[in-house]
Amino acid sequence: MLRFFVRRILLVVPTLAGLLLLTFLLVRVVPNDPSAALAGENATLAQIEEIRRQYGFDRPLWQQFFIYVGQVAAFDFGKSIYTNAPVAQDIKQRLPATLELTFIALALGAGLGIPLGVLAAISHNRFADYAIRVLTVGGLAVASFWFAIMLQFLFAMELDLLPLRGRLAVATDLPPLVTGFHLIDSLLAGRLDIFADTLRHLALPAFTLSIGAIATITRFTRSGVLETLQRDFVIYETAVGYPRPVLIGVYVLRNSVVAAITQIGLLFGALIGGAVVVESIFDWPGIGTYAVRGILSADFKAVLAVTLLVGIIYAMVNILVDLVHALVDPRVAEQL
Amino acid sequence: MAADPTNARPPLLSVANLRVSIASDEGLAQVLDGVSLDVAEGRIVGVVGESGCGKSTLVRAVLGILPRGARTESGSIHFAGEDLLTLDERAMTRRIRGRAIGFIPQDPYLALNPVFRVGTQLLEIMRWHGDGSEDGAGPFNRARRARHRLWLIQILKAVQLPDPEQALDRYPHQFSGGQRQRLLIAGALACRPRLVIADEPTTALDVTTQLEILKLLKRLVAEFGVSMLFVTHDVGVVAQLCDEVAVMYAGQSVEWGGTGELLARPRHPYTVSLLACHPDRADGLVGIAGQVPSALAPPTGCRFHPRCGKAMAACAGTKPETTPSGDRHTVACMLYGVPDA
Ligand SMILES: Nc1ncnc2c1ncn2[C@@H]1O[C@H](COP(=O)(O)OP(=O)(O)OP(=O)(O)O)[C@@H](O)[C@H]1O
Ligand SMILES: [Mg+2]
Repeated sequence: MLRFFVRRILLVVPTLAGLLLLTFLLVRVVPNDPSAALAGENATLAQIEEIRRQYGFDRPLWQQFFIYVGQVAAFDFGKSIYTNAPVAQDIKQRLPATLELTFIALALGAGLGIPLGVLAAISHNRFADYAIRVLTVGGLAVASFWFAIMLQFLFAMELDLLPLRGRLAVATDLPPLVTGFHLIDSLLAGRLDIFADTLRHLALPAFTLSIGAIATITRFTRSGVLETLQRDFVIYETAVGYPRPVLIGVYVLRNSVVAAITQIGLLFGALIGGAVVVESIFDWPGIGTYAVRGILSADFKAVLAVTLLVGIIYAMVNILVDLVHALVDPRVAEQL
Repeated sequence: MAADPTNARPPLLSVANLRVSIASDEGLAQVLDGVSLDVAEGRIVGVVGESGCGKSTLVRAVLGILPRGARTESGSIHFAGEDLLTLDERAMTRRIRGRAIGFIPQDPYLALNPVFRVGTQLLEIMRWHGDGSEDGAGPFNRARRARHRLWLIQILKAVQLPDPEQALDRYPHQFSGGQRQRLLIAGALACRPRLVIADEPTTALDVTTQLEILKLLKRLVAEFGVSMLFVTHDVGVVAQLCDEVAVMYAGQSVEWGGTGELLARPRHPYTVSLLACHPDRADGLVGIAGQVPSALAPPTGCRFHPRCGKAMAACAGTKPETTPSGDRHTVACMLYGVPDA
């Protein structure tokens, strides 16, 4: 198992190196004079020169790259222009909000997508299957910003059931900081009121974010179950009298979710991307809003750090997916 | 048809004139067209026929697990005094499949679920059908499961699986084909059924393993006091194992008899050529001329007549009646239209 981790992490190294190089080139090479950009419009030549030396822009490019790698390794991303705080600190503060939102969206995706996929498969080409297909096609096609606004309109404004935006009501205390996940921290502190308020705030953005995941997982589960139902062991298990619900819900499903799990790894990237939109609409204090604000205020350090972070998360999630894959299928575990 | 006159008790399993069609994209296939056979208590009955003649379809009909599009058009399947065709899905699952009728599948490489431990899979059968000492599904508790586990280990010893206790925690791909077939045999016997149906259980195995498994089956049938319906395309296997044989050709029953009698004095021209083809008997390679007809457009009358050296004009007309011919031996062929005295 340890060997598996080491190997997977080594496999991730080239990916991350590529990402580092790409971000480096984008920021240091593409603008013809980053020092001028940094110094601002009214800077004197001397000021620009000062900045150039300070940032090491006068050195050869390869040296600059290694300095950059060293900074990244030390989580030194510099200061954000907008918040005037170290970017690393901003991110540390905001990351849990995004992760909480994304995990809940993913849980919704799996929790709704897998049963829907099974239902579609066992009613293959009958009404439920068609209905679910229409829903999933719709789910993949719908623009999330439009959907988010519709949800806000209906549940927050018309029905007044759920909050319009934010992560907690203004009147609610922040839970004592342990993990940064409000759901966990509030439970640890025994504050069910905060827990409930967090859930209410999570509902609309998490659901918006999960739409694509639900649709994708439903489709992959459906085709996985249909494929598994063709296999010989299904006939055997029927012939020896496994009850149908047990057969489908346990023995077929476990064979079918492999494709869906692999998909979750890919979905996570889409979810983080989607989080940028969803967070902006729901004013969610995560790294999505941070990145958007960074882009709008040309805060390139913030944007850069977020880009790298998303790359690292993506790589880690894919290692995690392989691990879950191995837990589901012993033949994969043996190859680890 | 095949009731043993010396045995007044009705047979354990009796299939009579079964007709099954399967609708698919290519059309309606008459896969079984009048299949009859009996399995008396404590007997091993072989069903022999070429690939594609409907042996597996017969097995699936008995277990009530015909593929999508299949329809039982006529005939009956009686088991232990009950008409299986009238039982609903729930009754079949709870009382018949795995419980009263054990099943050994054709391909041990494909029949086990690859992502579950074999112990989990075998204990699942017992969870729903008990171990023979209890009445079907009992409570799902630890004590019962532990008892099942012990019993299963005992059976795994009986099927000569090495390290039975550790075996339960392993996955199917960690066993050889022969070992997997032993596991499946254990699964078929675990709930102490009255009948075991084996669908070509040795076809996927090499010759030596095949022989071991056959010996094992023969011993276990006696030890557990079960009856067996043994499907095969290999006449040699029938000779080693079976008390009686039913010969099928293209979905029709053509001949039935005691193994010794039928092999020594085959009546139906198909049986004659089938025996002549067997490598143990044939001098050099002999085949039956022509091909097994497609079930989509089968020949009229006797389905063997286009390939039969002794075919007469009448053979294409009507399906021949099954008639007694000799001692405990029946045949469906125009050549034997008059029962011999
Ligand atoms: N699901 C199905 N749909 C359509 N036709 C089928 C289906 N299953 C079986 N058949 C047809 O029924 C006929 C008998 O098939 P079956 O599997 O019962 O033969 P078999 O005697 O068991 O052959 P084998 O020795 O190869 O296992 C074949 O012609 C086959 O094409
Ligand atoms: Mg078959």
